[in-house]
Parts: sequence; C-alpha cells; structure tokens
Amino acid sequence: MASKWKFTTKDLAEKPEILMSGHRACAGCGPAIVYRQILKATRGPIIATNATGCMEVVSTIYPYTAWSIPFIHTAFENVAANAAGIETALKALKKKGQLKYDHVDVIAFAGDGGTYDIGIQALSGAAERGHDFLYVLYDNEAYMNTGIQRSGGTPHGAWTTTSPAGRVIPGKPEYKKPIADIMVAHGIPYVAAASPAHWRDLITKARKGLEVNGPAFLHVIAPCPRGWRYDTSKTIEITRLAVDTCVFPLWEAIDGEYALSAPSKVIALKPERKIPVKDYLKVQGRFRHLFTPEFEHVIDEIQQIIDRRWKRLLKKCDMA
Amino acid sequence: MAITKQNLLALNGDEAVAYAVKQSDVDVVSAYPITPQTIIVERFSEYVHNGEVDTEFVCVESEHSALSMCLTASATGVRVFTASGSAGLALMHEILYVTSGARAPVVMAIVNRALSGPINIHCDHSDSMVERDAGWIQIYVENSQEAYDSIIQAFRIAEHNDLLIPTMVMLDAFVLSHTLESVNVLPDETVRKFVGTRRIPLVRGHRGKLVPFKLDPENPITMGPLDLYDYYFEHKRQQEEAMQIAPRIIKEVHDEYARISGRKYGNGLIEPYRLEDAEIATVCLGSTAGTTKTVVDQLRTKGIKAGLLRLRTYRPYPVQDIVNALENVEAVAVMDRSHSFGAHGGPVFHEMRHILYEASIHPQIVDYIYGLGGRDMPQTLIHEIYRDLQKIVKTKRVEKPIQFIGVRE
Amino acid sequence: MTSEQKGWKEIPIAGVCWRPATDYLTGDWKTLKPVRDKEKCNKCLICYMFCPDGAVTWDPEIEDIGFNLDYCKGCGICAVECPKKAIEMVHE
Repeated sequence: MASKWKFTTKDLAEKPEILMSGHRACAGCGPAIVYRQILKATRGPIIATNATGCMEVVSTIYPYTAWSIPFIHTAFENVAANAAGIETALKALKKKGQLKYDHVDVIAFAGDGGTYDIGIQALSGAAERGHDFLYVLYDNEAYMNTGIQRSGGTPHGAWTTTSPAGRVIPGKPEYKKPIADIMVAHGIPYVAAASPAHWRDLITKARKGLEVNGPAFLHVIAPCPRGWRYDTSKTIEITRLAVDTCVFPLWEAIDGEYALSAPSKVIALKPERKIPVKDYLKVQGRFRHLFTPEFEHVIDEIQQIIDRRWKRLLKKCDMA
Repeated sequence: MAITKQNLLALNGDEAVAYAVKQSDVDVVSAYPITPQTIIVERFSEYVHNGEVDTEFVCVESEHSALSMCLTASATGVRVFTASGSAGLALMHEILYVTSGARAPVVMAIVNRALSGPINIHCDHSDSMVERDAGWIQIYVENSQEAYDSIIQAFRIAEHNDLLIPTMVMLDAFVLSHTLESVNVLPDETVRKFVGTRRIPLVRGHRGKLVPFKLDPENPITMGPLDLYDYYFEHKRQQEEAMQIAPRIIKEVHDEYARISGRKYGNGLIEPYRLEDAEIATVCLGSTAGTTKTVVDQLRTKGIKAGLLRLRTYRPYPVQDIVNALENVEAVAVMDRSHSFGAHGGPVFHEMRHILYEASIHPQIVDYIYGLGGRDMPQTLIHEIYRDLQKIVKTKRVEKPIQFIGVRE
Repeated sequence: MTSEQKGWKEIPIAGVCWRPATDYLTGDWKTLKPVRDKEKCNKCLICYMFCPDGAVTWDPEIEDIGFNLDYCKGCGICAVECPKKAIEMVHE
C-alpha cells in the first residue's frame, strides 16, 4: 500500500491549522508538534476524539477550544470505543442517505496511559471488530497530565514520581511494553512507528493510516520537556536521537508485513551509524541517576534491551 | 384518535424490549451480553442477521465500551440503544455520568439483577438504584407489556429537545425478562410514526453562530472539554433544569402513546392502585406491584381499605404526585428491593420519608427490605406487611421502622 | 467570579465550547523570543513544521515566514532545528 498523496512543505503550510494556536500545552511540547503534523495529513472531512490526557486538557479548556474540526472527549480508557461509535454512526447515516459527504475520516488520539494501560481493552476490541479509524498514540512515556507517573510505556530505568530514582531501585524496574507489535498481532491493516523529527515520514504514515480501510495504529514518540527533564528547545533533537540510537526505530507493518522506514533502514544497512543509547539517555534528566558508579550497569542493561529489540525488528523486516 | 389495531404476541420481557427496539428506527445498537439481559441482544442479533432491521449493531468487548460507543454515536446525531444490568451497569457507571453530562439521549434497557458479591444472577434493584444520581431518567416497569411500551416512549422522552436526557427502562430479572406474557404490539408503521426521526437542536459553538448540536464536519463543535470551577456548576444546573421539565414531557408522551395503544400506566409517573379511599398502602417499583395488586384485591374483599402506589418514574422523582396520591393514607409501607448498608433503610424509603417532611400529610411510614438476590416475595409476605400496617394504624406507632422481610434469622 | 462570567441560562448545553483558542494569547508565557536573520533564512519551513504552537506563520502572498508572538511560548525549538542557524532566541 502506497499513498498517492504527494506534498511539499508549502502545501502543508498553506493548509489551515486544525489545532489552533492558543492551546495551553507547555512550551516545547512534543505531543503538540505531533498533533500539528498529523493533522496536516487530513484528506477531507474528519472528526476527532481524544482520551483524557495532556492534549485533551490543553486543547479544550472551557470555554475555549483549539479544535477547528468536530471534536469529542468523554473519558480516559474508552477513546477507541468513542471512535468506533462515531464511525458506526457515520455508517448508519450513510446507509440512510443522510451523510453529506462520501466519507468522513475518524481519528482517535491517546497518550501512553490511555493506550498501553487503561485503554488497551477498548483499543483491542475496536481493532478486532475492524472499525475504520486512525488511532494515534502520542507516547510521552508516562502519565504527564497527572504529574509524571510511570506507565506501561515508560522505559526501563526511567525516573518517574512512581518509579523514583531511589537508593535501592534506580527508576522503573520493568520494560516498555511492545504496544505496536501487539497491535500488529491484532491483524489490522496498518501499524507504524513514527517520530516528529522525521516529519515527512510521520505525515505520510498518518495519511496512509487515514486512507486504509479498517483500523490503523500510529505509534509516535512525543517527548515531554517537563517529564523527561530537558530544555524545551531539545524536543525534536531527542526524537531524532531516539531513532538514531534505535531506541525508537521507524517502521511500518502493512497487513502484518514489517518494513523499516528510511531513517532506520539507513542504520540497518550501515550499522556503524547506530549511536550508543548512552547519548540518548544523557540528555534527559529522567535518566541522570544512571550516570553514577552505583547504577551505570543499568545503562548497559538498557543498551542490551535496545540491541535485542532492534535485532528482532530486523528479523521481522527480513534484514537480519 | 382511534386506538390502533394490534397483534398479540407471546413474548418474554427481553423479547418485548428487543421487539420495541426493532420497531423504533434505531440507527446504532452497541451492547454486551449479561444474564439476564442476554435475550435482548440475542433477539436483536437475529433481526440484524435476518435483514429485518438496518440498524448498525456492534457486539463490543465490554459494557464500558458499549455505552462509550452509544455516547459518541448519539453525539454524531443518530438514535442509539443499549441494554445491560447488574455488573454490566456498574461497569458503565463512569460513562453514565458522561452521557448525561454530554446531553446524549441514549436509551438503555436495564434488566435488574443483584450486584456481586457473592455473585448472583437474580433480581433486585441494587444495580439501578445506585445509578439514580447519574442524571438519567429512570422508568421501572411492572410487566413485559409495559417494557415494550416504555422503550418506545423512552426514545421520544430522551430525544425531546427540551430534555436531551438519557433514559433507562428497568425490568425485573427473570420474573419479567424470561417469563412469557401476552404482549400487544403496535404495527411497525405506527411505532415509526410515533418515535419519528431524531431532531437535533441548535447550539452556539466557538465560531459564534448557531449550529446543530452534533459532531458535523460542516459545522464543527467541541464536546466534552475540561470544565473547571468557573462553569461546571452551570452545566450541572442546566441538567437539573431539564429534569424539572421532564415530568411534563414524560406525561405528554405517555398520554399520546395511550391514545394510540389504549394502554395507560397511571399518569406515566406514578400508578396509584385503589388508593382513593385507602387507609393503608404499600409503595413499590417493578413487578412486585403485580403481586401486590392481587393482595390488595384480596384485602378489599375483606373490607380492608388497602391500596398500592407504584412508582413508575423514579428519576425525575414525582414529588407532588406522590404526596397527592398518599393524601388520605394513614400508614405507608415502602418496599425496597435494594439496601444502603448502614443507612436508615433503603433508597426508596429515604426519599419517600424525605418528601413527607415538608408535605402537609404525615402518615406513619415503615420500610421493608425484600427480595435481595432474587428471593421470592410471595403473597403471604405482602399480606404480612399489610397486617403490620393495620397494627400501626391501630397503635398509631411504628415499632420497627426498618425491617428485613423474607430473610431467615 | 467576575461579572463577565455567564449564567447557566446563557451558555450552550453540555459544555459545548463557545470561544476559539485563538482568543487566548499564550505569548506572555515566554521569556525568550525568536529573531530571524532574513539573510540566512532560506524559507525551508522546518521551523513551521516543528513549532508546537502554530506560532510560525507562512504568508503565501509574499512567500515569507513570520513569528506570531501572540502565541509563541519561547521554547526555542525553531532556533535549535533551523538548518541555516538563522533563528536566535533573545530576551524579550
């Protein structure tokens, strides 16, 4: 499946902003960049729904809304069901000849809390039933809205307020759940991993996700300057490092067939380009405690996990 | 208007509900099976698979998702229905409030079943009683005929543009859900005409103009924002205002339906039974009223001035109707099919006694917790209650205001 | 509560929003603001793609970019990411 859509940067800049300025995301917010980029991929009428979380809050503080398209938020754990409800209603309207459009896209946004953890049941159900919608996971790797608590998406060793850098336990003991692989295992037609640093790749993937018939799942790394403890100007730099270290490789799975995307394919072909994980960790305060004699072995552990996962991904992409 | 000719079908309560939904031009049904509601979703699946309806029917993975889907489907402007009970309703608890807050006119059938634990599949009202504060209209039915009639009415009530209040219709587990009754059903076209198509009111959105209150790409609005201390209270006040209007609308819809079907349930809010000259009366909800009516008739043949007040609409709570109905009664026994542990009696008793505090009448009042987990409520026990009431009238005092009846010591 | 706040009879039902976020200026959050060196800038629009706040503007009429300081929160991503190093963050 290849999207026929071609775009220039100017095309995107001339498209109206769907997420209006005046939203109250923090300075340097990764998710806000992700939203803006994804919403540049729309192809026509669209309805959005969002799980409870940072982006829902900052974009709709009553009586203000930053949404120039129809938008609904209801709760934390049900955004996939909400998208399914909209999609089903649109189907019913179309059947009755009451839909003014040939097609309306449905997009669901959720953070890692709303996806890995509390929302996985609704997501799994909606994926199994095959509703036609794009689900965007903006992964800032912790519950940032409530003040940085660990989630199933928080990486090993990271500090959060519920996985503190203690004297005995240095950050989160568990590993990041392979959520996108879980979604591929559902047999849905499109799953992809994207980074806002590689915005062309991200926007193309969002477009593919909208174009495909059936559920599409887009996993996007979306750093949080507050929670990851770095300067607000470094957001994009970090998402680039995540790709270059293979912490967050870019790939897509079309009908379950994995393929690396260009920025990660380059590394697969030229392994010397793979940067040590340490370089990614050291720019983030949430890993600072690992740079001590006592806990630096955790950095090695993290490197091993990343290498293992990268190797497995290469196998899936027939590039081992 | 002449009463419409009808078909007599043998249906259990669940089937009666499914049949009403089939006739009501519903766009989206999203539901999860739970005993004893299962027959509703099974029958409806058959309608879908046999091409008898063009409803979009989605079998979801949980009740939480069932209502979540209904909520956003409703927000997209279509007519929706779901059904649940017991643990399923409890799992919906969070979304019940979101639905009423979103003013999404979802219609739901609840087959009343006890809440765990220990797990029990039989009837009591503990599941829906805890949801009385969720901002939904609650209608409790006495039999399968009323279940059929009330579901049809519920669409008109919930979707009324002055209300936009989600509405649940309660029927008792097994006693109604699984028991065959003769049910008169209206012709399809009559029901379709009665429910009509869903009308969408206008709201003023963020672009400053009046637009349809639904998710529509042509006129985008934002629903479900973060609503803090500066406006949340105002939105809740709006919900209460709609509830204040609701009794009038419920009565109007009930009366209009009565004109075409020939069937009335009191005034739509309460159903007094032989209350005009009653000295003693019971108050109950649901199918127990059927048994109680028989007991009242038996007592009347003995010259005992017994009566019954059945509460049909529990939310909104019909305060003045209740006070008027009990005007001449000297002693009232409330029958509660759920309990609030550690409270002074069950929920029906609480509110009954509460409204009498400011009323001009002050009958003696006593509460009977009964039938938990499907425990039978035979005529003999109801007779016992009326005997207690006679004693209370005689002695002019209530010895034990809260009693558990039908439970072994 | 201020007198500007509306009563329950005046507002739309169900919490439907009645003001666009653009009415809410976030520009006063910042301590640093972006300044562009027009000589160095090649209008590649990378800054536009990476701005979290839609505060980088593009005017197709004059084919030029600008900063909307009413919304810019001063994060500095544009300055870090500019391939031509044409943006500098300066104190307001």
